[in-house]
Amino acid sequence: MNNLIKVGMAELKVAKSPQIIRTSGLGSCVGIILYNEKAKVSGLAHIMLPDSSCARAGVLNRAKYADTAINDLVQLLGIEGVPSCLLKAKIAGGAQMFKFSSKNESMRIGPRNVEAVKEILYRLNIPVLFEDVGGNMGRTIQFNPATSILEIRTVSKGLVQV
Amino acid sequence: MRDLNKVRSQHLDILKEAGNIGAGHAAAALSQMLNKTIEMKVPGVKVIPFNEIGEYTGGDETIVAAVFLRIEGEAPGNMFFILPVKEANRLAQRLTGDLSIDFMGDSLNEMGISALNEAGNILAGAYLSALADFTHLNMQPTPPAIAVDMITAILSFGLIEMSEAGDHAIVINTEINEKGSGHAVSFKGHFFLLPDPPSLDKILNAFGVRQNE
Repeated sequence: MNNLIKVGMAELKVAKSPQIIRTSGLGSCVGIILYNEKAKVSGLAHIMLPDSSCARAGVLNRAKYADTAINDLVQLLGIEGVPSCLLKAKIAGGAQMFKFSSKNESMRIGPRNVEAVKEILYRLNIPVLFEDVGGNMGRTIQFNPATSILEIRTVSKGLVQV
Repeated sequence: MRDLNKVRSQHLDILKEAGNIGAGHAAAALSQMLNKTIEMKVPGVKVIPFNEIGEYTGGDETIVAAVFLRIEGEAPGNMFFILPVKEANRLAQRLTGDLSIDFMGDSLNEMGISALNEAGNILAGAYLSALADFTHLNMQPTPPAIAVDMITAILSFGLIEMSEAGDHAIVINTEINEKGSGHAVSFKGHFFLLPDPPSLDKILNAFGVRQNE
């Protein structure tokens, strides 16, 4: 099990084959996997918020925001020898865990996170090959850089491989 | 803005005291609802980094039933009443008399959801009104919403406001125990009170803690 790399909320890490990388309990957060199937290397970020410009105080945790986290993933994978033009993406999460009558913007955080992630990846020219986003269920995702297979676990549907 | 890393143990003791007052009122309300003697206590208040919340609550993927309420007023924040699914089933069965209620079942039981919503609403209302009386801060819960899912997925939703100011959450834990005839039955539920960062200052100020203490 030493090959399993766990990424917590507001964290990002890189995994190389034969390592496997996982993040648990994505709700409104989005899990972003950037990978290259030939180099068998991948990075995973578990972001909570769309945009680091809304950060209010203290030291910025770059892994918490879609914009800074994706930039850092691209850089880390560059250090591993994969330029951003060879990266592909798979994303999951961005659910709305609760249904409200309220129109409060912060209640829509899941969809906003997804929009931000896609927009940033589009600008960086990184294709999104798979997405499982929205809905109202939590997701645990696990990615194997050796096979580029993503496993998504939900309470209602169990385990799905893509 | 107060840095959550610098919240001191005496501040946590104050929040724990507030929690215990709220828990006392909530227990009385629940006792009436169930016609049983319910005890609630606040064993601890903790400041937990986001990436450890899953472990703290028994595993990121522990499946729970959660009632969420947004707190509005002078000290806004988020509040969760969280029960492991088995406990939620028992509580809803106890409230409705319908033993077929299962929140993991394929078809959602409206009565069960409604009962759990109401329990969460009453508990949170009692808890908040006690805290409001104590602090003289106006706090009102919004209508509750329910979700059954992985605990981290649920809690992370309530951490959004806090996440804009830091990487730690303040968690006020609550244990709920039912005293039966001779033997105590316990519902292992938890309240998570997640004040928005500016509200934390207001609550601590209301308890006489000065800004730079």
